[in-house]
Amino acid sequence: MSTATTTAPTPGGTRRPGARARTAPNRPLLGLLGIAAFLLLWEATPRLGVVPERYFPPVSEVLLTLAQRALTAPFWEAVGHTLYGWALGLAIAFVAAVLLGFALGAAPRVRAFTTSTVDFLRPIPSVALIPLAVLMYGTDIRSTLLLVIYACFWLIYIQVLYGVADVDPVAEQTARSYGLGRLARIRYVVWPTTLPYLMTGLRLAAAVGLILSITAQLIIGSPGIGQQITTAQQGNAIALVYAWIIATGILGVVINIGVRALERRVLRWHTSVRGEADT
Amino acid sequence: MTTTHEHTPHHLGERSAMLKVTGLQKIYNGGATAVEAVRDLTFELAEGELVCLVGPSGCGKTTLLKCIAGLMAPTDGTVELAGQPVLSPPPGMAVVFQEYGRSLFAWMSVSDNVELPLKEKKLPKARRAELVAESLAAVGLTEFADAYPWQLSGGMQQRVAIARAVAYEPQVLLMDEPFAAVDAQTRADLEDLVRELWKRLGVTVLFVTHDIDEAVYLGERVLVLSNSPTVVQDDITVDLPAERDQLTTRQDERFTQLRAHVYAQIQQAKKGTTAPAA
Amino acid sequence: MSRTTLGQAQPTPENTHTPSPKADPTEQESPVARTRRRRPGNRGPAGAALRTAHVLLLPAVLIGVYWAFTAQPGAGFYTPTPAAIGTAFVELWFSDRFFVDVLPSLGRLAVGFALAALIGVGLGVLLGLDARVRATIEPVLEFLRAIPPPVLVPLMIMLAGIDDTMKITVIVFGCVWPILLNTVEGVRAVDPVLSDTARCYGITGTTRLRVLILRSASPQIMAGLRLALALAIILMVISEMFASSSGLGFAIVQFQRTFAIPEMWAGMVLLGIIGFVLSSLFELVEGRVLGWYRGLRAAHRGE
Repeated sequence: MSTATTTAPTPGGTRRPGARARTAPNRPLLGLLGIAAFLLLWEATPRLGVVPERYFPPVSEVLLTLAQRALTAPFWEAVGHTLYGWALGLAIAFVAAVLLGFALGAAPRVRAFTTSTVDFLRPIPSVALIPLAVLMYGTDIRSTLLLVIYACFWLIYIQVLYGVADVDPVAEQTARSYGLGRLARIRYVVWPTTLPYLMTGLRLAAAVGLILSITAQLIIGSPGIGQQITTAQQGNAIALVYAWIIATGILGVVINIGVRALERRVLRWHTSVRGEADT
Repeated sequence: MTTTHEHTPHHLGERSAMLKVTGLQKIYNGGATAVEAVRDLTFELAEGELVCLVGPSGCGKTTLLKCIAGLMAPTDGTVELAGQPVLSPPPGMAVVFQEYGRSLFAWMSVSDNVELPLKEKKLPKARRAELVAESLAAVGLTEFADAYPWQLSGGMQQRVAIARAVAYEPQVLLMDEPFAAVDAQTRADLEDLVRELWKRLGVTVLFVTHDIDEAVYLGERVLVLSNSPTVVQDDITVDLPAERDQLTTRQDERFTQLRAHVYAQIQQAKKGTTAPAA
Repeated sequence: MSRTTLGQAQPTPENTHTPSPKADPTEQESPVARTRRRRPGNRGPAGAALRTAHVLLLPAVLIGVYWAFTAQPGAGFYTPTPAAIGTAFVELWFSDRFFVDVLPSLGRLAVGFALAALIGVGLGVLLGLDARVRATIEPVLEFLRAIPPPVLVPLMIMLAGIDDTMKITVIVFGCVWPILLNTVEGVRAVDPVLSDTARCYGITGTTRLRVLILRSASPQIMAGLRLALALAIILMVISEMFASSSGLGFAIVQFQRTFAIPEMWAGMVLLGIIGFVLSSLFELVEGRVLGWYRGLRAAHRGE
């Protein structure tokens, strides 16, 4: 899941550089120490018999299993399926949410009619759609897409609405007074204001989308990492289950880092202005 | 406030030292470089005195105040409150910060903000209610007791902070540029409020400011700090009448002279040329 | 967020058409009325009618269209009419099944969520207060929280079988991260001036935790809890769907496998209602806990 996610700026004085500077220790070193301790603990507990190895194999065994698997084609096929469902679903949800969000954000009168429906549909857990997806699409990728799109759409859509609502009326009026047309105002006023919110939505959706992509494979049995884990579990290959879990964790970290890098890149030119939207 | 300040057991004479700062030095160690913010500060506040501390910006006023308040350990030297060394925030001291919006608890009503420290002092409920009511009345905020701080204007918020400090019944009240962030007219009102409370309660006040006029108008004494690394550059007794008025006092010839003197001292302090003249 | 004096109002979409509080400095000392009346134009009977239309029109149209579509002869077997779903819903859930299938699911959800909240906030406060510990544990946490929680379901089945322990563990493990990480953020963001103020007035120990740290971090903590709640529902359902002999998720999958389509829809609808009700309840609690925060933000925006 994504980290700090208050979509709204914290009030007054969020960033106080130097406030805690004196307590900043050598972070990278301590972090490495933490990882080392974690791995050591994982290696030692089963080896010393604190927990039975058949439930909790030592990390070396898990990593070895993972390394062996990573040399095979089916491993990468499964990863590919999972990523494909994730990326396609996320992309569709993103485009739909942005278009609809901007359209309705620009027309508050129309939007007022949709609020109740959105408020009702949004909290519906996307997994409720699983049986319907199975009936309609079976193990086809469309099942995965349905779940991913449903979950991601709302996250992005809501952020777009927040962003559009956050447009500074003074800036809007200034643009109007200089005779900027509707499209130009969207391009130069609304879009830049909304962008940080949009990126927050994308970041949340990227994490949730991965969860749903894997969930669909777990429950429905579409090809991908989820299905591989089910197979490993049914074959009682515990080290392999752990290996896959590690693999999904790495995937999650990579996606997080990627989205954050994208966010920084996209917002580079005005983080100073609206940096707080990211908190 | 009807309670007058009770003299503590530490009371030795009519004007014994309430706050004593001796040889205070603070060096910040930031990795390879060390910055000496405060070099060698020595001064005293007699009991019941109102002393203003001025200095050029960036001269370590905040550092000094944090050391006095016990929020920060000095590198060298001592701070004594009524004869007791200050090592952590002492119970007999209250602080009013410049950032009123950030020093009030936004999730508590005005009266809860004032009452909270009294609860920590384990005062009985009736006494707490009495102190809260008195202090809010003293700053003229009785009718806003149930409001949240952010519902009030900046000047009113700072008055809440003052009420909280007053209700705490401190021996020493520290004020760190308390009016730097409010507008001019509110500021004048608050200055008079501080004078009035000080006279009524007999509390010892150390008032830090960067405003020369404010320092002269408020203080019985003005301490001028030098540029960083900081020492006491000058110690000026303000021989204006006890009754001060925004209009007449500020037009007083003596006020103008004192103000010019302090101004000159600060200009010198900025250049960092003169030796301490206290 | 500028730290200007708060008495001044800037025009915003919501108050441009109401007389804004005066920005005259002499008015500084007057209390600023901050009772936020939204859209004052919508009062009166016409306004009430419009509001009702806002709420009901689109849902009515959607259901109507769906009904017209499904009522046609030969419409999909998989899409029963709302009437059929409604009948199945009443028959299914207004019976013992509610107590057998639904309540235990909700109980596990509650226990898992509560445990996750306790662990997340507790650990979050510890990590937030200690930069050293935080720097040490952070990379490991970053990894653990990146693991999509559903992948733990198969593992937990191997470790704990298909009983309540498995399901609750999955919920706890999945939900704890957003709570934990948001709490850390919130605790780190405690205002140093406020922190100093508390120290000056002798507010220490548990009072400090209760009055200063937890309250100050509550906006972030609530945001974490909100995310965690959505996740908890998902995990509750899929842990039951994946392998179970009872529970709402299990029931829905059974209906689907036996082609009891109206019942399956009734299950989905119930799940939707549970999601909606829980999130509404959460909003209610949040409104109480964070009332001050909303006001503070509005004040900073100059509304």
